[in-house]
Amino acid sequence: MNYSLITLEVLAVLMGLIVLLADLWVSPTARKALGLGLAAALGCLLAFAVGSLAPQSGSAFADMFVVDDLARYFKGFFLFAALAVVLMAVDYAPKFGAGLSEFFALTVFALVGMLFAASANDLVLLFVSLELITVTFFVLNSFQRTQLASLEAGVKYLILGGVSSAFMVFGIALIFGTANSTNLAVLAAKQKELAHSALFLIGLLFVLVGLGFKIAAVPFQMWAPDVYQGSPAPATAFLAVGSKAAGFVLLIRLLVGAVPQITAEWHRLFVVMSGATILFGSLCAIPQRNLKRLMGYSSIANAGYLLLGIVAGSAAGSTAVLYYLGGYTLTVLTAFTVISAIANHVESEDTSALSGLGQRSPFLAACLTMAIVSLAGIPPMAGFFGKLLLFKSVLDVAPGHPELYALIAVAVVGVVISLYYYFSVIRAIYWGGQSANLSIIPVALSTRIVLVAGVAGMLVLGIFPQGLVKIADHAVAGLSHTVAPAKAAH
Amino acid sequence: MDSLTSVILTPVFTAVLLLLIPGNFRVVLRLAAILGSACTAWTAVSFFSRFHAGQEGLQFESLVPWVTVGPLNLAYHVGADGLNIGLILVTGLVGFAAVLVSWNIERHVKFFYVLLMSMIAGAMGAFASLDLFFFYFFNELALVPTFIMIGVWGRGEDRNWAAFKITLYLTLGALTALVGLVAFYVAAGANSLDVIVLKAHLAAHPLSVSAQTWIFPLVVFGFATLVGLFPFHSWAPVGYAAAPTATAMMHAGILKKAGLYAILRMAVPLMPDGAHRWLPVVAVLAVGNLLHCAWVALRQKDMNLLIGNSSLAHMGFAFLGIASLTVIGVTGTVLVMVAHALLAGLSFALSGYLETQTGTLDMTRMGGLLRKMPFYGTALVMGFMASCGLPGFANFAGEATVLFGSWKSLPWLVIIAAWSGLIIGAVAMLRALRAVLQGPEKPEFSRVADLGYWRRLPFVLLLSAMVLFGVAPGILTSRIEPAAKAVVAAHLTPSQAGQAPAVPAAHAAPAASAPGHSGH
Repeated sequence: MNYSLITLEVLAVLMGLIVLLADLWVSPTARKALGLGLAAALGCLLAFAVGSLAPQSGSAFADMFVVDDLARYFKGFFLFAALAVVLMAVDYAPKFGAGLSEFFALTVFALVGMLFAASANDLVLLFVSLELITVTFFVLNSFQRTQLASLEAGVKYLILGGVSSAFMVFGIALIFGTANSTNLAVLAAKQKELAHSALFLIGLLFVLVGLGFKIAAVPFQMWAPDVYQGSPAPATAFLAVGSKAAGFVLLIRLLVGAVPQITAEWHRLFVVMSGATILFGSLCAIPQRNLKRLMGYSSIANAGYLLLGIVAGSAAGSTAVLYYLGGYTLTVLTAFTVISAIANHVESEDTSALSGLGQRSPFLAACLTMAIVSLAGIPPMAGFFGKLLLFKSVLDVAPGHPELYALIAVAVVGVVISLYYYFSVIRAIYWGGQSANLSIIPVALSTRIVLVAGVAGMLVLGIFPQGLVKIADHAVAGLSHTVAPAKAAH
Repeated sequence: MDSLTSVILTPVFTAVLLLLIPGNFRVVLRLAAILGSACTAWTAVSFFSRFHAGQEGLQFESLVPWVTVGPLNLAYHVGADGLNIGLILVTGLVGFAAVLVSWNIERHVKFFYVLLMSMIAGAMGAFASLDLFFFYFFNELALVPTFIMIGVWGRGEDRNWAAFKITLYLTLGALTALVGLVAFYVAAGANSLDVIVLKAHLAAHPLSVSAQTWIFPLVVFGFATLVGLFPFHSWAPVGYAAAPTATAMMHAGILKKAGLYAILRMAVPLMPDGAHRWLPVVAVLAVGNLLHCAWVALRQKDMNLLIGNSSLAHMGFAFLGIASLTVIGVTGTVLVMVAHALLAGLSFALSGYLETQTGTLDMTRMGGLLRKMPFYGTALVMGFMASCGLPGFANFAGEATVLFGSWKSLPWLVIIAAWSGLIIGAVAMLRALRAVLQGPEKPEFSRVADLGYWRRLPFVLLLSAMVLFGVAPGILTSRIEPAAKAVVAAHLTPSQAGQAPAVPAAHAAPAASAPGHSGH
């Protein structure tokens, strides 16, 4: 067996342990330096993961764990997100009070869960990695122990997360009972006969409940706004980016990779889910005034857009999901980096508190504006091209399926609605009335680097999408994609 | 570099240069912006003058593949023909004039000019693009600054509302068109959005009539919303009234034409059956523009609202010319687009200057300003007369051509159009001239001053272009005609899209042989 495949995960676990231990000797004043050190180490790991020294393709542990292009794509993605989140937390430190190193360590452990999720080829590993992510987030979300909202966020996530895990493990049990295996490759081979087994389908549905909770899709989205609002900004960012992406890589592996035929039969279920998620997120975001809560609803709406790619079920759809997640990550990280950078200076998290940001820190204002523009899907930012790819993937398979045209119409309406509330954020930044406090907001060098990288990334991905689209296309090439009838022509 | 790329890159480089200049060097910023837009205008003029009139096919072309992954092929493809060369020229001229009249911007000067430059760059790119994806991309690049500029530098109490309204309307229109474009991409199966490739491909594999019937309205009504076709027009007057002068000039003059350009470039020639089914609807709605908007203009007291509504009325002529599906009608549409770009730019520049002098645009409070401002008054009279359709100005040439072109197919609409455009429009304009320039002088406006010498430059520039093209419209029509023929070529042989003669493309279709092509 090739143990070298899990090098990345082992190194990440070691990093987390070292941070925990180092806390015993590092003086409280030097904890920020510890964070910067961890960020540097994560940067090296990222370079290793995307470099040529990274583990070659293969599988290990009785085919539970695979390394392929899809896994590598998401691993690079998770490492980048963790790196940005750690830097964000360094800036956010004054709000945490004690326990900064524990925050770092937990972030790394959540990262390990995501790294395993990217490689999960077995429902058991899928469950374990998701649990690792969820359990660490129980703590990360309630990290500001003195704040009621943060504790509430943690408890809500705990209860709903617990329920969804219960569904999931029940579903896995049913699947194991009917298929005699939890391995995705085995399921893929048997899907024809399994498609007739009601027990198996119920099991699959229960697993989808768990994954739906992760990605915050309707009807499992209720937790998202409260948790996004209450959690500390870096934790929210990691939740929005890492946890959602982990849910999507598993969805792709399960629905598109393992049981594409059943996915095709359940086509309407996903159409309804996607449309309802888009509409719910967009409509509920309109009256929101709290910036993080707004991002929570926006993240629900984005889960709906991402589901468009799953609805398409084609290679183009999966490529679009991967590309969109890439752009979305940069965008959300940029937005939350700004939010956490101003958390110590702006009195509340209301959008109205952003008034005067254009004068207090033109740099932060410009970065947040770019992120919002990208979220709204306006060229030349990455968000635009991502939405274009998603829409195109659905229209590709739409002939003969009128419900898909309806879905596209819903998505377009969602985009227009979303412009309304994104625009209100931009309005608050530049012309949102007079702010009493016009003191300059200082921006740390590390934050500056993250923001410049984020904005540059969004622009580069938007103007030169070729590179990432090609990588994403390559990454999904291994999946079966036999779903859509129209795709057979290609 | 003899490709249209240079006319897009000049404003882009100017914007980058402006970003590098510190924000408090206002004079330097203004000079750099003026210089950059002058270079852009000069480049545009030079392309226009070097354009070989009467020649079919594309000139100043360049093609760079951008995204080629599997069945997805998008390319940066620019080139000029009769449809866009005139629009590129006026984009340069109106852009230059818009920069020149922005001397009264005091807040965030740098940011303002950067946005203005990106509007110019976006408009140039949109008109130059032959790949519809890039067309959309550049068009949005020009639209987004519009929203921001209205919000930050806008005029009036309700500018937030106006900014919201224009954003939502235009985004809904643009997205509808985008869905239409993507559906078209998928349905055409050429694996390309390059109109040249599409034209060649569709000549061999015609699009089914049912597909055309539902894609055509998505594209056309989506883009028509950007132009302000009745009844999707209500964003325009309030938007322009709230916009800063330069933005109103650029949007009303230039960006609005991008929607018409897309309809002419793509929808009409590539979906002939859809055009047959839907253009009569467009023609009727165009009469809505001509009658309704002209009538509304008649009742306006605010000069910006008057200009906004009358500019919508002029768009009715453009739609009517397209709906006629004749060479003369389409030529006239392009003429109207070019002439109206100059006229709208001039009109909003004039109203902007008046507001800086009087502090209001309420025409009922004005009077007798001609004595105080002889040059300004002359320019206003010329501009508004051109808007009435006075012979000698380019607008007359365009509108008359449209009416000639449409007479055969749409006689009743032509009668209504002539009546409303030339009579209601004239009444509205003449009443405005009387209210502003004539009558007794008002004591509260005793301190208004005429334009200083160098500030006359943008007005002289736009007026002389209008007169030039009015006196010698042949300069434009000789360039437009071959392209107009190509637009309606598919319509000359009745209905069957497949048998439509493909217009000889002067070059090989590069992406036509892309993988996956045979699968459809």
